[in-house]
Amino acid sequence: MSITNLEEIRKSDRIDKLKENLFKSMPEIEADRGVLITESYQETEGLPIIERRAKAFKKICENIPITIRDLELVVGSATKAPRGCQVFPEYSYEWLESEFDTVATRSADPFYISEETKERLRKVYPYWKGKTTSDLASSYMTEETRLSIEHNIFTPGNYFYNGVGHITVHYDEVLKYGYKGLIAKAQGELKSCEPSDGDYITKSSFLKSAIESMQAAITYAKRYSHLAKEMADKETDPQRREELLVISRNCDRVPENGAESFYEACQSFWFVQMLLQTESSGHSISPGRFDQYMYPYYKKDIDEGKITPEFAQELMDCIWIKLNDLNKVRDAASAEGFAGYSLFQNLIAGGQDENGLDATNELSFMCIFATKHVLLPQPSFSVRVWNKTPHEFLIKAAELTRTGVGLPAYYNDEVIIPALINRGLTIEEARDYNIIGCVEPQKSGKTDGWHDAAFFNMCRIVELVFSRGMDKGVRIGPDTGDVCQFKTFDEFFDAYKAQMNHQIKLLVNADNAIDVAHMVRCPLPFLSSMVDDCMKKGKSVQEGGAVYNFTGPQGFGIANMADALFAIKKLVFEEKKVTLSFFKEALENNYGKGIDENKAQLLTGEIVKQLAMNGQEVTEELIKNVYQNVINETGADTGKYAELLSMIDALPKFGNDIPEVDAFAREVAYTYTKPLENYTNPRGGRYQAGLYPVSANVPLGAQTGATPDGRFAYTPVADGVSPCAGKDVNGPTASANSVSKLDHFIASNGTLFNMKFHPSALEGRSGLESFTALIRGYFDQKGMHMQFNVVSRETLLDAQKHPENYKSLVVRVAGYSALFTTLSKSLQDDIINRTEQSNF
Amino acid sequence: MSDRDLNTTGRIFDIQRFSVHDGPGIRTIVFLKGCGFRCRWCCNPESQSYEIEEAFQDDKKIVYGKDVTVKEVMEIVAKDRPYYSRSGGGLTLSGGECLLQPEFTLSLLKTAKEMGITTAIESTGNASFDVIERILPYLDLYLMDIKHMNSDKHKEFIGRPNHLVLENAVKISKRAKELIIRVPVIPTFNDTEEEISDIARFAANLSGVKELHLLPYHQFGRDKYQRLGRDYPMGDIATPDKEHMERLRLIGEKSGLKCKIGG
Repeated sequence: MSITNLEEIRKSDRIDKLKENLFKSMPEIEADRGVLITESYQETEGLPIIERRAKAFKKICENIPITIRDLELVVGSATKAPRGCQVFPEYSYEWLESEFDTVATRSADPFYISEETKERLRKVYPYWKGKTTSDLASSYMTEETRLSIEHNIFTPGNYFYNGVGHITVHYDEVLKYGYKGLIAKAQGELKSCEPSDGDYITKSSFLKSAIESMQAAITYAKRYSHLAKEMADKETDPQRREELLVISRNCDRVPENGAESFYEACQSFWFVQMLLQTESSGHSISPGRFDQYMYPYYKKDIDEGKITPEFAQELMDCIWIKLNDLNKVRDAASAEGFAGYSLFQNLIAGGQDENGLDATNELSFMCIFATKHVLLPQPSFSVRVWNKTPHEFLIKAAELTRTGVGLPAYYNDEVIIPALINRGLTIEEARDYNIIGCVEPQKSGKTDGWHDAAFFNMCRIVELVFSRGMDKGVRIGPDTGDVCQFKTFDEFFDAYKAQMNHQIKLLVNADNAIDVAHMVRCPLPFLSSMVDDCMKKGKSVQEGGAVYNFTGPQGFGIANMADALFAIKKLVFEEKKVTLSFFKEALENNYGKGIDENKAQLLTGEIVKQLAMNGQEVTEELIKNVYQNVINETGADTGKYAELLSMIDALPKFGNDIPEVDAFAREVAYTYTKPLENYTNPRGGRYQAGLYPVSANVPLGAQTGATPDGRFAYTPVADGVSPCAGKDVNGPTASANSVSKLDHFIASNGTLFNMKFHPSALEGRSGLESFTALIRGYFDQKGMHMQFNVVSRETLLDAQKHPENYKSLVVRVAGYSALFTTLSKSLQDDIINRTEQSNF
Repeated sequence: MSDRDLNTTGRIFDIQRFSVHDGPGIRTIVFLKGCGFRCRWCCNPESQSYEIEEAFQDDKKIVYGKDVTVKEVMEIVAKDRPYYSRSGGGLTLSGGECLLQPEFTLSLLKTAKEMGITTAIESTGNASFDVIERILPYLDLYLMDIKHMNSDKHKEFIGRPNHLVLENAVKISKRAKELIIRVPVIPTFNDTEEEISDIARFAANLSGVKELHLLPYHQFGRDKYQRLGRDYPMGDIATPDKEHMERLRLIGEKSGLKCKIGG
């Protein structure tokens, strides 16, 4: 494109109606998949697992109810009800069964479930007892590992309960060759095998399963073709009738054949996207570089006058809506960590091509427009930024940010490409990267990244240092000595590293156990048919069939640990103002702040349990006494620790562009990222660290005691690589500079940097210019990722009430921008009122 | 970069990063302490006296004023270099009046230029031209306030007549790389169409001046007066409304200059 700019294309009326229909009712759980897979498994006892998986997928594709929703142009729905979800008992089911009566009313991501559905599922669930991936994973883990999970040092719950997902398959190949072409490829591979080859048995079994599952996908699409035809025959509105006939033709042709038009490509893409999420419950099935693999079809249709940009935009908008039609029910605890019904289907636009030239095209812009048109959380929309990214493209992205939808996330090619080359990718592959899920970079169609492998809470490690490896009376880490005897900061830091290394080992054991469980119980022939080199190797992705195999558990709480260790170094060892024993006491007593009722009850419960195990008789009076003791011992007495808190408060904090503290944060991050690199996974790949929390920093913070950075017990931990909330008070450039001082190259499973802005900071063209310059400036300093919360009036009101949480909130005042909480009440009111007037 | 410049000291009361409204791009503003004017509407009352002052907010002591070296200031300014180069931003000296600390201002600007950082000052121009002449070679943008064409009124509201300002404006316009004239629009002082028109015509006649900025009066400095234990001289005078500002902007444009509201 000669001029890399495109003005926004109008949104069709259809889109708002589709969106309205999608959100009419509460998401619902449906039983069909759960019943069908159980029946299939019962029919295939004794067959190799890969073949059983293919046959189950076939049975589902042939029998699951299908539906075409009103006004849809791109069809294929995983459930009858919009935003519904199917269940996947092969991974785990007990949690859902136990939540049958609460799942509709729980706070995070509630789902409606009918009595009939409960009944149908209750009938099939007994079959799965002892047969799930989570049962098997659990049995593979060491006792120590299970203890660390129980004590919330790390949480591998995601893949423990669900499919893995987290992949971008070869959409491009399906679009180009159709499944017919891929089946031919598998058959060719099969022909080239000799029955006498050492791997013939497993390879041929895999290839046959891949073929069977691809045929199932074709069958599924043909069912839609018939349904559309039937509906067209009954349709009285001539325009809708015509639309249904086109849908019918599309579904008859794709994904069986290669797409011949942009519309067919859209339909083909969608079947791939939704069927991957029918085969398995893994989330973060990421479309990746949609603007790249769809572009040839768009270009050809435009050049030949077969499509208008308006209709192409409408089709893309329809896909964006459909991405929100898919859903997933998680257990209550996981739902909090992944709050917002999110499926993390990451779709990315812009960046460079594999030859290092800028790849921004019309569709890259249209991806921005589609996101603006639907204003929904899916797809998790991202843009790639590099030195040659057209300025106009970045400005359009910034306009989207300004809407407050929290999208797009911005990614830096200049860091991610070298980071991936460092992990063994070729330069061409690295240049073609896309993002999986939240922030995890990889090369599409070749990688099984096992991103999101666990949440690792770095704050819990410092607790273990103080407790000599004990937690709630149980040993879960090594005895690293009495902190009161430590003479130097290095001794303390060494103890921290020792505790860390121990827990990392257990984390690896946990992840590998789960990994093998998926390999043994849930290989995915359909997904594997679209990932290199599964066919050549004759192995599913789960068995190590991908070219690149990683495991990426994500650590969080760096900012807390940087500030915490810095506080210990300064106050205890350099300035000698406090002793470690006093620090220890302060932490145990939550700086004298006491604990809330809920926590007190929980603690009471634990103590009583312990007493009962020691043989004591549990009476009501005993419980009462214990509870009173808990309250007394942890009662509020801030006076004693006020001085310590104010000393901590006065120390420089990460996020303020202070070289000494920032250098410290870099070292702290290394204590997690570097040791991880030494471990391997069962698929023949390596571990690589990520530094991001999804939304787990809040629920996992609630399980974490007070930390030496002055953080009170059970409050949220810092998110991603961002500074602790409210601790960065020198403005956005200072905060970004601090974060850029971490080594983002080594955290090749992704880093996450959140920033908050008031919409007024992005006001006008000059606001957008400063905003994009801020992104560029951070990226010039080798930051990896940036995303923005553009905050609203409600937030500002909350900021008035709780200024401590909003210390770094930037607002534009008049001729200048300022930190909101530093302004007087009257001025704050003024800004809030102005905000209201201008309808932000 | 000479040690002499780096070790020159001056008195500032604030450094504000990520400032996007005083000169182009993302800028760091260094506020110098001390001013020869006493504008009634001044939103930085702590800038006026050169003396270090103390104030109280919620029982916490705030100290306005700090003596620093050029090196100390530039270490902070340099931190945002990536953002300056991406946005066309740089260093802005504001105040107070930076011309009242001529050696410090000169050393700051000189050092910034040697570091490849673009420079701007926000200044009243109320100083001997010798002082101004020395800094111009190191200055990319002069943001100059002209508040009133009538010297008596100028004196009444500001404490000084306007002769020196107007004289210097003519001289600066001939020598500065870029000069932008800014007018704080203050109700009861200079917010009539005639008053703005007079300033605009004067500005348009200055050689090389292309832009005029009208900065509407605001009350954001009010709290600070309280903290300093001073009366707020403007009372309850309200911010000029949008329509009026737009009318004044059109008056400004009539002079042939590009006229905008805000910096």
